[in-house]
Amino acid sequence: MTATVHRPRVQPRRDGFAQTLRAEWVKFRTVRGWVVGMIVAVLAIVALGVGPSSQGSCGTHGPASDCTQTLGPGGEAVTDSFYFAHQPLDGNGSITVRMTSLTGQIPDFSGNGAGNGGPQTRSGLVPWAKAGIIIKASTSQGSAYAAMMVTGAHGVRMQYDYTGDAPGLAGAVSAASPRWLRLTRSGDALTGYDSADGTHWIKVAAVTLAGLPTAVQGGLFATSPPYWQASGGGTSVSGGSSAATGVFDHVSRRGGWAGTASANTASANTAWVGTAIGDAGGPAAGSPGSFGRADGRFTVSGSGDIAPSVSGAAGLGVTITQTLIGVFAGLIAVAVVGAMFMTAEYRRGLIRVTLAANPRRGQVLAAKAVVIAAVTFAAGLVSSTIVVTLGQRLLREHGVYVWPASTLTQLRVIVGTAAVLAVAAVIALAIGTILRRSAGAVAAVIVLIVLPYLLTVTTPLLPTGPTDWLARVTPAAAFAVQQTLIAYPQVSNVYVPSAGYYPLSPWAGLAVLCAWAAAALALAAYLLHRRDA
Amino acid sequence: MNALRAEWTKLRTLAGTWWLLVAVSALTAAVGGAASASVGCQATGCGRDPAKVALSGIGLTQAIVAILAVLAISGEYSTGMIGTTLTAMPRRSTVLAAKAVVLAGLALAAGAVGVLASVLAGRLILPGHGFTAVHGYPPLSLANGADLRAAAGSVLYLALVALLALGVATAIRDSAVSIGVVLGLLYLFPVIAGALSPDWARRAAQVGPMSAGLYIQATTDLRSLPLTPWQGLSVLALWAAGALLTGALALRLRDA
Repeated sequence: MTATVHRPRVQPRRDGFAQTLRAEWVKFRTVRGWVVGMIVAVLAIVALGVGPSSQGSCGTHGPASDCTQTLGPGGEAVTDSFYFAHQPLDGNGSITVRMTSLTGQIPDFSGNGAGNGGPQTRSGLVPWAKAGIIIKASTSQGSAYAAMMVTGAHGVRMQYDYTGDAPGLAGAVSAASPRWLRLTRSGDALTGYDSADGTHWIKVAAVTLAGLPTAVQGGLFATSPPYWQASGGGTSVSGGSSAATGVFDHVSRRGGWAGTASANTASANTAWVGTAIGDAGGPAAGSPGSFGRADGRFTVSGSGDIAPSVSGAAGLGVTITQTLIGVFAGLIAVAVVGAMFMTAEYRRGLIRVTLAANPRRGQVLAAKAVVIAAVTFAAGLVSSTIVVTLGQRLLREHGVYVWPASTLTQLRVIVGTAAVLAVAAVIALAIGTILRRSAGAVAAVIVLIVLPYLLTVTTPLLPTGPTDWLARVTPAAAFAVQQTLIAYPQVSNVYVPSAGYYPLSPWAGLAVLCAWAAAALALAAYLLHRRDA
Repeated sequence: MNALRAEWTKLRTLAGTWWLLVAVSALTAAVGGAASASVGCQATGCGRDPAKVALSGIGLTQAIVAILAVLAISGEYSTGMIGTTLTAMPRRSTVLAAKAVVLAGLALAAGAVGVLASVLAGRLILPGHGFTAVHGYPPLSLANGADLRAAAGSVLYLALVALLALGVATAIRDSAVSIGVVLGLLYLFPVIAGALSPDWARRAAQVGPMSAGLYIQATTDLRSLPLTPWQGLSVLALWAAGALLTGALALRLRDA
């Protein structure tokens, strides 16, 4: 005979955090308005993301109107236009030159020539005007290359495959202070050297261009990126194309160059070919660049750039960030729900029951924060996944050029956007706890996040300095997590938030928002402890 | 008249009202002053509107005015006071009208203080930052027609925002949702316009209560605006009137 003893099963840790979490989740799930609020947030993000897709003209007028950018070896959009005086190189070899001058033409906006039409130019160099020697897989745009060059204001550089950049000798080039450049090819390894006197050589960098064909093109080049001038204290920019001219002598080649099978100087042949790669025309009468040779002196002029392509103030197309504009509407909905998740307890007096059930007030606040953050993150993840994937496809179908972004970047944008929404909801919850009034809490969240975004990204009223500062310290810094464009130091551009370039790195920006949330939560926890409910 | 008095007493005796009003005046001036101190000019020009810079605080303080207006009505719903109010004054439209008059008056008063201080700050600070006659900017002055329009218009702007918020909150009742809707209406139009193609952005800017309403602050380059300054403010006035009408209708048709 066995007797079964019935006794109430002891609930392990009745006041445990898991119980509180469960209680808060049940509260959230059972209030229809809050669930509706979250659905509204998702719908707003999706509707604004895929709804008013702007119309473009890319590809709508036949294949010729396709907006395509040249892609580099790494798949990134690049600019590849310059004037190239070249000869074929079969196998290994090297080229050495002396440069004695780099001059150029830039557009003139000084005002004395403006108004009478026609591009006005004056002598001058843009900082990244380039001339030097280059070895390139082929003359087609976007092919792999490595180059040694003198620049307008950044000394000697070795650049390769558009994104690579290594500094050499500093200072400008002149007849009194010439620059010797050497580029050596051995298999797919290219090594750049520079020298001030032609005897003492310094290695600048050695790079490997994977898959470089045996037969390549090598020679002299010149190019000069567009000139930009901020006017009106940074609110607008004016610009135009510029041109650069480099003067070379002591040109010598070794190895498998055409016409130098046994000899080691270039004087014996006349096989130099001048080619304008891309649209290498200068500002003056749209000349396609030029190449001249007299008494062993070579003069090469060109315009354009060999660099990663950047979306500037006059940039082409949009980024996937554009599809996420509905996040601001979603943010407001999320802030309303986040604030009410706490203030409703005060309004109904439910807070007393809640705190009687779990007297650990910090735990209650933490449970609420976890629930609202998790729900918002899930809602944000769903909606931003939809708009980033579907939205960019719609934009492309509407003929809008969308900048390429790697899968990893897109993933970061999607997860980051969901995180921004979740952290914003936590801030709303914390401010709701501090103020106990929903109106103030919701307004505070909107003013803290949306207003700085408006002032830094949409309509920057202030100059770059204060705008930059706002984009670093306000919660709107978090939108850096949506940045998909890359700012390259070797490309002059207007790198400002309104053009899609934030001063902080993506995760650092999100960390700023998290810091705000932590501060708000800490104050909320402190006040929740101190005050009577 | 009694209705006015009642609403005035209710609003006056809330501690929050005065803090919010002081915040409107102080922040309008502080933000405007800070903005004036942060701008600069180059040899090519200043490129921005000095009145807009000096009065940029309005962009922030409109949110506080909206809070004040939302609380004036949704506070009554959350405490059940609305029952007492409507028992004492069964004419519901009169109640709403009285609230509108009192709120608009308070917004005008607080706005006027803040705007006057902003203009003064701009007048003192901006010339030191290159906004001088050399660049074609006379000092800000209320004697100048365009500057007066910007200043007086900004005060009116705040009053209209108060009316818009009152109308929305009367229709919605809940304070959190109301403030979300009001600030969404104000801030979302310009944010979303920023992501649209230029012609759509222009259209969005014309209908947005904030983007259109703030055209009243423009004193330079008026031709590039899609609307004249007063037309812009009328757009906001239409929004406010529409919201008040909706609110009045809801108040009349629904149980309190």
